Amino acid sequence: MIDRTMARMDGSSIKKALSLMDERGSGEGAGYVAYGIYPDYADCYAIHVFFDNLLEPKSMVDEILQKWGRIVHQEEIPTYEQQDLKKEHIPWRYFFKPYTDLMVGTTNPDDDNVKHLVMTINSSIEGALVFSSGMNLGVFKAAGWPEDVANFYRIEDYRGYIWLAHNRYPTNTSGWWGGAHPFNLLDWSVVHNGEITSYGTNRRYVESNGYKCTMRTDTEVVAYLFDLLGRRHGLPSELIVKALAPPFWDEIDEMPEKQEEFMRVLRLTYGPALMNGPFAIVVATKDGIVGFTDRIKLRPLVVGEHGSRLYLSSEEAAIRTMDPDVENIYMPRAGEPVIGRVLE
Amino acid sequence: MSLGSVPLKYRISIDRDQCMKCMRCVDNCSYGVFRVEDDKILIDSRKCTACHRCISMCPRDAITLQERPVDYRSHPLWTVEAREDIINQARTGKIILAGMGNALDYPVIFDRLVLDACQVTNPSIDPLREPMELRTYIGKKPSKLDFTKNNADVELKTKLTPNLKLDTPIMIGHMSYGAISLNAQLSLAKAVAKTGTFMGTGEGGMHEAIYPYQDHMIVQIASGRFGVDINYLERGAAIEIKIGQGAKPGIGGHLPGEKVCSDVSCTRMIPLGSDAISPAPHHDIYSIEDLAQLVRGLKEATNWEKPVFVKIAAVHNVAAIAAGIARSSADAVVIDGFRGGTGAAPKVFRDNVGIPIEAAIAAVDQKLNDQGIRNEVSVIASGGIRNSGDLAKSIALGADAVYIGTASLIALGCRVCGNCYRGLCPWGIATQKPELVERIDPEVGAEHVANLIHAWTLELSELMGAAGINSIESLRGNRERLRGYMLDEGLLNVLRVESVGA
Repeated sequence: MIDRTMARMDGSSIKKALSLMDERGSGEGAGYVAYGIYPDYADCYAIHVFFDNLLEPKSMVDEILQKWGRIVHQEEIPTYEQQDLKKEHIPWRYFFKPYTDLMVGTTNPDDDNVKHLVMTINSSIEGALVFSSGMNLGVFKAAGWPEDVANFYRIEDYRGYIWLAHNRYPTNTSGWWGGAHPFNLLDWSVVHNGEITSYGTNRRYVESNGYKCTMRTDTEVVAYLFDLLGRRHGLPSELIVKALAPPFWDEIDEMPEKQEEFMRVLRLTYGPALMNGPFAIVVATKDGIVGFTDRIKLRPLVVGEHGSRLYLSSEEAAIRTMDPDVENIYMPRAGEPVIGRVLE
Repeated sequence: MSLGSVPLKYRISIDRDQCMKCMRCVDNCSYGVFRVEDDKILIDSRKCTACHRCISMCPRDAITLQERPVDYRSHPLWTVEAREDIINQARTGKIILAGMGNALDYPVIFDRLVLDACQVTNPSIDPLREPMELRTYIGKKPSKLDFTKNNADVELKTKLTPNLKLDTPIMIGHMSYGAISLNAQLSLAKAVAKTGTFMGTGEGGMHEAIYPYQDHMIVQIASGRFGVDINYLERGAAIEIKIGQGAKPGIGGHLPGEKVCSDVSCTRMIPLGSDAISPAPHHDIYSIEDLAQLVRGLKEATNWEKPVFVKIAAVHNVAAIAAGIARSSADAVVIDGFRGGTGAAPKVFRDNVGIPIEAAIAAVDQKLNDQGIRNEVSVIASGGIRNSGDLAKSIALGADAVYIGTASLIALGCRVCGNCYRGLCPWGIATQKPELVERIDPEVGAEHVANLIHAWTLELSELMGAAGINSIESLRGNRERLRGYMLDEGLLNVLRVESVGA
């Protein structure tokens, strides 16, 4: 959900909505992400890390962060153990400012610096996993039921203008903390219902562009694809969705000449980014959210609007739980992006 | 001392009770196995090549063929073939020529790879009820989209270089007029036009009869430059530089003079009856930059309107070579594996030089991916693709499309007897003898070849749908949908495929 005026909402209503859909999960993974929660450190990258312990992994992460930038503040993320959710990892947060001049050969040195750190830590430091790395946002996730995870982090204590939440029924990989959604890289956060049958192709494409897949699940490629196409190639979200879930050739062939050329070139350029298989996905950045489904809509997606608020969910009931007075409820067409932008 | 004769390879016998003496076997065998004396059909089995022409034409199923009717003392090292080759060479002092592809008993990697299908967690897609996209574009692709933004208006700046649009990722490889007959080539040309795909001319020029199908022809420039002029280049939909071929890496093409009739000599622009022997290297390509120059030269000559492919044999260092080619202006790399067929090749090359196409595709795909240029260039795989399973596996290993050769000839009647270089093909395929060539009706031939392409296309759609994929680009390089069965760890690593059960 998003409030387009950037009015901040606490996490209590999304917790209720997610808990309503317990039967879509198995108690092995749930998570939340909220934008706008760290106004005091708004110009720092908020790096959330799961540590297995605070000895070797933490000293290695401290060391690499201090090498590549300045740690403005760090602390353990407050948690409250639940009966069915024990602290298997220690969630930690750093507020970090990268040294701009250390990253050469890029137009976006800060982001590339942090991306590099995330990839390096996750692929080479045992016992440390960065699961959130954007500015003024934070992911909170664990292996458990939605309400337990929410209570574990007391997400009602956080106030954000965008909230994504996810309840997982793991199949491909066991329920581990890193495997829970949302997945995040820099400003991109992703929640995903489905299974990406093109994962092998998408993964090779992002790896070819310098990303490393470390989460052992298909969803993380979505975050990397959005980062590559959106941040590095500069595509607006509508076009990213058109690249990932393009119209069929039969439809493209019927388009007016200019549009036909555009879509053909887009499909040829981003063929390996095309996502196949059943999915409904919501992606967030600080500027808004975009939701879309696969090209033949094998997973549900429901939209609701109320004033400045836009809701996207797998179920209408969840939207009505968050906002009983929701006005306009509808189901978007397959592959059609639903976009909620922050008002300037 | 005489070496004596070696035992006959095949024995043909006729069930005299069944035979009605229609003489079709006598008329059909171009190798002279059958003759008639005193109203009796006599048999010279020693001339038989196992081409099956007589068997397929016999209305009474009266003919029987037995392979190796005479036993040798069995020996695991000194195989029958090894012994007979030595006797042959002791007698002639010559290189042994052979037709078709690698005939040694190497394991077939395709047969040790299995495909995937959906169960529960994702639905399989039914191609009868849902769209299934096999359309494939062969050619250079941009690395990223270039555009200008005016508020909400997005204006495309990227200009696409010419690509071939294929309705199915199956093309027919290069078999020249000369190596095969005009009727065979015409059949193939009509078939690719019918199925929305392309075929190669081989290094043999383009006969006038093919002109109506030129929009579906890829013209080839090989080291002999036979049949090449500007007219030829301009007629092709794309141009292919042939550096090497899988059946005989490192050496040039070889068309025996017996097959150079007057039409072939005109199309190839060589003297009547002369052997057409292409040099081993291109004498204007001694390095990778020379190749890049030729690619650009061909593009310049054709106004930058045609994609240019470069075909190489799959050799040990194929990945690095392909990466070099990808950096030239070439639009596609064609890799031809060691099982690739041919009309004529020295047997020692055919059976011993080069690597299997499966490993070559994976290695090339990986190298290009590591270098961040995989999507910018197309990869076409060929050499031993026998069915839609091989096709799907080739694409999952990283190919954009495949060339088929032998399979398309089998659809015209070929029974893989391997005597193409003799010019006596009783099926009218690898021959220029008018009485044999006319055995192919190009309309009927085209229908059979088009049927084959259509059938594989249907099967590929079903395989993709079962794997939950509705667009071919999501199968390309998708190793997740492959598993290796009884492959060793080294090969699994090269293929980047996990073992079954993993």
